[in-house]
Amino acid sequence: MAITHDGPAPAARPQSTSSIWNDARFRGNVAQIVVVAVVALLLGAMIWNAQENLSNQRIASGFGFLNQTAGFGLNQTLIPYNESSSYGRALLVAILNTLLVAVVGIVFATILGFLVGVGRLSKNWMVRKVCTVYVEVTRNLPLLFHILFWYLAVLAAMPAARNSYSIFGEVFINNRGVYIPRIVFGEGSHVGFIAFAIAVVCVIVLNKWATARREKTGQQFPVFWTSVALLVGLPFVGFALVGFPLTLETPVLKGFNFVGGSRLLPEFAALVVALSIYTGGFIAEIVRAGIKAVSHGQSEAAASLGLKPNLSTRLVVIPQAMRVMIPPLTSQYLNLTKNSSLAAFIGYPELVQVFAGTTLNQTGQAIEIIAITMGCYLVISLVTSLFMNWYNRRVALIER
Amino acid sequence: MKKILTALALGASAVFASGAADAATLDQVKQKGFLQCGVSTGLPGFSNPDSKGEWTGLDVDLCRAVAAAIFDDPSKVRFSPLTAKDRFTALQSGEVDILSRNSTWTLSRDATQGLNFTATNYYDGQGFLVRKSLGVKSAMELNGASVCTQSGTTTELNVADFFRSNNLQYEVVAFQGQEETLKAYESGRCEVFTSDQSQLYALRLKLADKDEHVILPELISKEPLATAVRQGDDQWFDIVKWVHYGMLNAEEAGITSQNVKDMLNSPNPDIKRMLGAEGNFGEQIGLTKDWLARIVTKVGNYGEAFDRSVGKGSPLQIERGKNALWSKGGLQYGPPIR
Repeated sequence: MAITHDGPAPAARPQSTSSIWNDARFRGNVAQIVVVAVVALLLGAMIWNAQENLSNQRIASGFGFLNQTAGFGLNQTLIPYNESSSYGRALLVAILNTLLVAVVGIVFATILGFLVGVGRLSKNWMVRKVCTVYVEVTRNLPLLFHILFWYLAVLAAMPAARNSYSIFGEVFINNRGVYIPRIVFGEGSHVGFIAFAIAVVCVIVLNKWATARREKTGQQFPVFWTSVALLVGLPFVGFALVGFPLTLETPVLKGFNFVGGSRLLPEFAALVVALSIYTGGFIAEIVRAGIKAVSHGQSEAAASLGLKPNLSTRLVVIPQAMRVMIPPLTSQYLNLTKNSSLAAFIGYPELVQVFAGTTLNQTGQAIEIIAITMGCYLVISLVTSLFMNWYNRRVALIER
Repeated sequence: MKKILTALALGASAVFASGAADAATLDQVKQKGFLQCGVSTGLPGFSNPDSKGEWTGLDVDLCRAVAAAIFDDPSKVRFSPLTAKDRFTALQSGEVDILSRNSTWTLSRDATQGLNFTATNYYDGQGFLVRKSLGVKSAMELNGASVCTQSGTTTELNVADFFRSNNLQYEVVAFQGQEETLKAYESGRCEVFTSDQSQLYALRLKLADKDEHVILPELISKEPLATAVRQGDDQWFDIVKWVHYGMLNAEEAGITSQNVKDMLNSPNPDIKRMLGAEGNFGEQIGLTKDWLARIVTKVGNYGEAFDRSVGKGSPLQIERGKNALWSKGGLQYGPPIR
C-alpha cells in the first residue's frame, strides 16, 4: 500500500541539516517493515501458542491423520473410494463432489439467468410478467428454504423403488434418485472417439475460417448447423465402421434398489436445482442490467447497417452487455460455489459435510481441518476469480 | 454453521488462551454458581426438554446429580444442546464443563480428543430400524439397502464395518442432525435407520406411524455411552466418576429418594460411610461429607433415574438388561466407597 510519488525525487534536496525522518519515502518504508514484522510475529506467536495448548490439553495435532484409514462410506464418489481409503482420499472425493455441484449449478444458473433476464425485456406481456414473478420469488426466499423444499417436498412426493415412475422402461424415477441407462463402450470404440476428436478440431478450424471470411467479405456461413452435423455425423460414421460396439445397460430392480445404469442422487439433484433456481434469479437481473446498459443507439445503428434483429443482438448488443455483466456474474459464481456447503443439511457428501463434519468429528482435529477446508474454498474461489478476470479482460471494450 | 463457530471458538481459545486445562473445573463451577452440561439436541429418555422446557432424561440426571453434590441444588445446571459433530469440540474449548450426551467411549476418542471418559452411564449397542412392510427379519437380509445415519458418529463407522464384513452392498446417507436423518428415513429416502438401539426406541416414538416400524434383533456393536470431561483435571474427573458410582452404590444398598432420611440412622457401616455419617469420603474428592445423601435426596439412585427416564416408568419401556446392577446379572458395578 505504498503511496508512490510521481514528482521529483526527494533526494534532489541537498540540505543535510534535515533529519532522515523528514523523508516521506523513508518513513513510509520503515512503517511498512514494522507492520510486516508485527504481523509475522503475531502469527508466529499464535501458531506456537496453539501447538503448546493443544499438547497441554492432549489433543492430537498435525496433518498425519490425512493418511489414516477413514472407515466411513460415501454414496457419491467420482474417483475410486472405499471404507479402507484414507481421510486424505475422502477429502479429495469431497472436493470433487463440491466442484461437480458448483460446475453443474453454474452452467444451469447461467442458462436460466440469461433466458429469464432476456425474458424480462421481452415485448410479450405474458413472458415479461412470468419472468418478473420468477425473479421476485426466487431472490426473496432464503436459499436453505429452496434446498429443503426441493429435497423434502419433492422427494416425499416420489414413489418408492418398487413403484418407480418409468419412462419407456429405460429411465426410472423414485425417491432414491433418477436411474438412466448407461452406454457401455465395447471393443473398437476408440475409432468412434477418434472420429469425435477429429470433429472437434474441424469445428474449431471451421469457426476460425468463417470468422475470417466474414470480416473480409461480409458473407455469412451457417457455422452452428455445420458444427452440429460434424459433431454428430463423424462419430456416427466412426462407430458404424467398427459395427457399433455399444451396449445399453438398463437399470433393473434388484432387492431394494435398482442395479446397473447410471444414477443421479436425489441430494445432488435437489442441490443443483435449488442452487440454479436461486442464483438464476440474481443472474437474470445482472443480464437485464447489462442489456439495459447498452444504449439504444447501438441497436439502431446496427439496424441501419442492415443487421437483422437477432444478429444485432448477438453481434452488437450482447458483446457490449458482457462487459458490464462479467464482474457481478463472477460474484454470483463464487456465491453459488460457497453456498453449496449448505448441502450438509440434506446429506450430500461435499466438503463441509464430509470433511468439516464427519472427519472433524472422527479425528477431533478442529484447527487443522477447518484450516484445510477454508484453504480449499479459498483456492476454488480464487481460481474462479482469476478465470473470470481473464475473461473480463478479453471482452473489455478496446478503446482506440 | 454452529459447528464452524464452535471450531473457531476452539481455535481462538487454543490460539490466545493460556492452557485452560490447568484451571480447576470445580473452582470455576463454584465461582460461576452453576454447572454447564453438554447434552443432545433432544433424545427422549436421555436428554430431552419436557413440555415445560425442563431438561429430563438419564444423561440429564447425571448432570443434576453433580450439581446436587456441589450446590445441594439440582437446578443449578445450564444445558448446552450439542449435535454429534459439535460435542467434543465444545468440551475441548471449555464451552461445557461436562459432556453427558450419549457418546460412545472409544480408544481413539479417549486418546486424541483431549478428553477422559469417566464411567459408562448406559450400555448400548447399534441396531437397525426398518419398516414392517419390507418384511425383513434380520439385518443379514439388508443387501443393497440405503441406510440413513447421523454423520460424525461411531454409528457411521460401524455400519460401514458391518456391511463390508458381511459382503453386503449398501449406500450410506449421512445427515448432520438427528431430526434431518429421521425425516429422510420417514420420507422413504432409506430402508434403514441406524443408531444406538436405545435411540431407535426413543426416536420411533417421534414417527407418525410408529407401529409400522420394527427394530431388528441384531446388535452390531458395543456402544458404552459414557460421560466425558476434559483431560488434565484429575479432581474433576474423580468427582464426575464417583457421582455415577455413588448412585450405583446407593441403589445396591437400597437407598432411595424416599427412604434416604431414615437411612441416615441406619446401623449398617456401608450406608453410614455413603451418607457421610462416618468418615469424610466426600471431602476426599473435594465435595462435602453428605454429597451422596444430597444426590439421592434430590435426584435419586441410578435405578430410580433409569426407571423414570428410559425404563418402566417412561414411554420407552426399555428393560434394565445389561444396565442392571452386577448383583442382578448386569454390567453396572460401583467400586466400594471406603
